[in-house]
Amino acid sequence: MNLVTFSGPPSSGKTSVILKTIKALKERGLKVGVVKFDALSTDDDILYEKAGVPVRKGLSGALCPDHYFVSNIEEVVEWGKGEGLDLLITESAGLCNRCSPYIKEIKAICVLDNLSGINTPKKIGPMLKMADIAIITKGDIVSQAEREVFASRVNMVNPGAIVMHVNGLNGQGAFELSTLLYEKEEKIDSLKGKKLRFSMPAALCSYCLGETRIGESYQMGNVRKIDMNGKGQK
Amino acid sequence: MKNGKRLKARKISQLLELYPFLTTFFEDNLINIEGKADLTISELLSTIDEDELEDKALDVEKLTTNISDYIDQMIEFLGEDGNNGVAKLTILPGRNKTGEDENFDPIEINKSEIISIVGPTGSGKSRLLADIEWTAQEDTPTMRKILINDELPDKKWRFSSSNKLVAQLSQNMNFVMDLTVKEFLELHAKSRMVEEEQSVIDKIINEANKLAGEKFDPDTPVTSLSGGQSRALMIADTAILSSSPIVLIDEIENAGIDRKKALQLLVGEEKIVLMATHDPLLALMGDKRIVINNGGIKKLIKTSDEEKDILSGLEKMDSVVQGMRKKLRYGELLSSEDLMKENKNA
Ligand SMILES: Nc1nc2c(ncn2[C@@H]2O[C@H](COP(=O)(O)OP(=O)(O)OP(=O)(O)O)[C@@H](O)[C@H]2O)c(=O)[nH]1
Ligand SMILES: Nc1ncnc2c1ncn2[C@@H]1O[C@H](COP(=O)(O)OP(=O)(O)OP(=O)(O)O)[C@@H](O)[C@H]1O
Ligand SMILES: [Mg+2]
Ligand SMILES: [Mg+2]
Ligand SMILES: [Zn+2]
Ligand SMILES: [Zn+2]
Repeated sequence: MNLVTFSGPPSSGKTSVILKTIKALKERGLKVGVVKFDALSTDDDILYEKAGVPVRKGLSGALCPDHYFVSNIEEVVEWGKGEGLDLLITESAGLCNRCSPYIKEIKAICVLDNLSGINTPKKIGPMLKMADIAIITKGDIVSQAEREVFASRVNMVNPGAIVMHVNGLNGQGAFELSTLLYEKEEKIDSLKGKKLRFSMPAALCSYCLGETRIGESYQMGNVRKIDMNGKGQK
Repeated sequence: MKNGKRLKARKISQLLELYPFLTTFFEDNLINIEGKADLTISELLSTIDEDELEDKALDVEKLTTNISDYIDQMIEFLGEDGNNGVAKLTILPGRNKTGEDENFDPIEINKSEIISIVGPTGSGKSRLLADIEWTAQEDTPTMRKILINDELPDKKWRFSSSNKLVAQLSQNMNFVMDLTVKEFLELHAKSRMVEEEQSVIDKIINEANKLAGEKFDPDTPVTSLSGGQSRALMIADTAILSSSPIVLIDEIENAGIDRKKALQLLVGEEKIVLMATHDPLLALMGDKRIVINNGGIKKLIKTSDEEKDILSGLEKMDSVVQGMRKKLRYGELLSSEDLMKENKNA
């Protein structure tokens, strides 16, 4: 079985791109399944089910979805093997700009959309910087110039990545992407011993643990104070 | 990493002098170089403390490779001449949707040619455009093969973000960025690293104004341009500022611009233009047209002289319709005379 991790900001087009790509993979006779990670809720599982794609979902609730991802990915891989998949895709809503679900030696794809603004690429952390492939969606609603500028910004923060334009609505580019996702020789049996591409901060403060009262005496753990005198952090 | 060694010894100030584009690179990667001009890259990176690395989610090792990759890419990019030297595009036959071999002689398209692609809905027009964009090598559903300048295409056409073979004119006619025309073009010019930015920008605005009905000035916000003006600006920008030697147009509708002039502008800049269309007016504007059916290329037809005459007739009819549209817009009544009247400034 192959494993590919998709990540990207909310509503950037991950599910649309994955569905179109799976269509091309199915035509090659490959069995593909998806596990969706999100924080509070998702209806993506219904979309995948409708398309006849085996799917599971995991909601991290109050936790950072990427932390939750690492703690569960082993089980997810077991499920994929049990289903007899050729390719297992994970879709994670990139809700935390500081974390990313990417694992060394496992193909990592970041989905961004042209509408998010040209300063988005530099604001997104490891989720974009550590990806092997950056997919840019929604090219149909911007001009050629805007696409070129956006792609050059993506390239600037991750020059090593393959940058591809895929349209989540009409599937343009999805066939091409599908050719990069599956390698026959590759066999993932277990992720034991593999490492994350980028460490995730614990980011634990008293509020993470359920504190609701406001005031210095209630703030414990990893607390950082805003600098109101200067012009903010550099 | 051709530059790996050379970069190690150089100071930031020297690097910036050699590669001015690194300024934006450092900015976008959240690296502060103020007051650090005398350091080398590795010294610079080592001045960033653990906290800051963690805060900004930086990875020193990855950054080091990225800088050198980026410089390599930019040198290659800047070294290319404007059109990346595509003089000829060749399409070799594959097979149609039912698996039968396509039966046509290799189709050769030269720069400055306009090719239209016609065929019923779902026949494979967009697929053909995609084959070209991906420089298909018998590895798409059509099994077609694309050659560039009679040779197997370089991998860069598929994967590099700055050397795209194909620019595509969007169907959408609105910009989403909140900038003036001038700022917008400056931004695009910067990302393409053109020299003589100002004269390029002036040229684009000038050409765009020739395509659109009403003129606009450089300080207009792009979001408040009319549909026709936006489209005109997009086309002029693609013709003049895009690095891609091939322009694809998938269904350009009639949008208050002079489509003939628009196509002439594109091929005037030595581009190859391919457009999929259902519109006879556009189809006949091509020098040749590719006919597609059931996923396969059926024929290549050269636009005949008789058809060219028909085209001028069609243009007249089009102009009549435009004239009526205008009258209706301004609350006027139509009379049967309008059927004869051409709209002079459509
Ligand atoms: N115009 C246009 N719309 C798109 C494109 N790709 C996706 N969309 C639309 O964008 C919206 C969000 O797409 P999704 O695929 O659900 O995005 P997602 O990243 O999976 O979203 P979450 O999983 O909820 O974070 C949907 O309404 C899609 O139809 C595209 O290329 N062009
Ligand atoms: N030679 C072929 N072999 C297999 N599939 C093909 C072939 N040509 C086209 N197809 C597939 O047929 C479908 C329809 O093709 P496409 O979208 O290119 O049609 P179109 O002519 O652009 O239609 P429209 O006029 O509606 O835009 C696509 O899924 C495409 O991948
Ligand atoms: Mg989704
Ligand atoms: Mg089409
Ligand atoms: Zn996180
Ligand atoms: Zn917290």
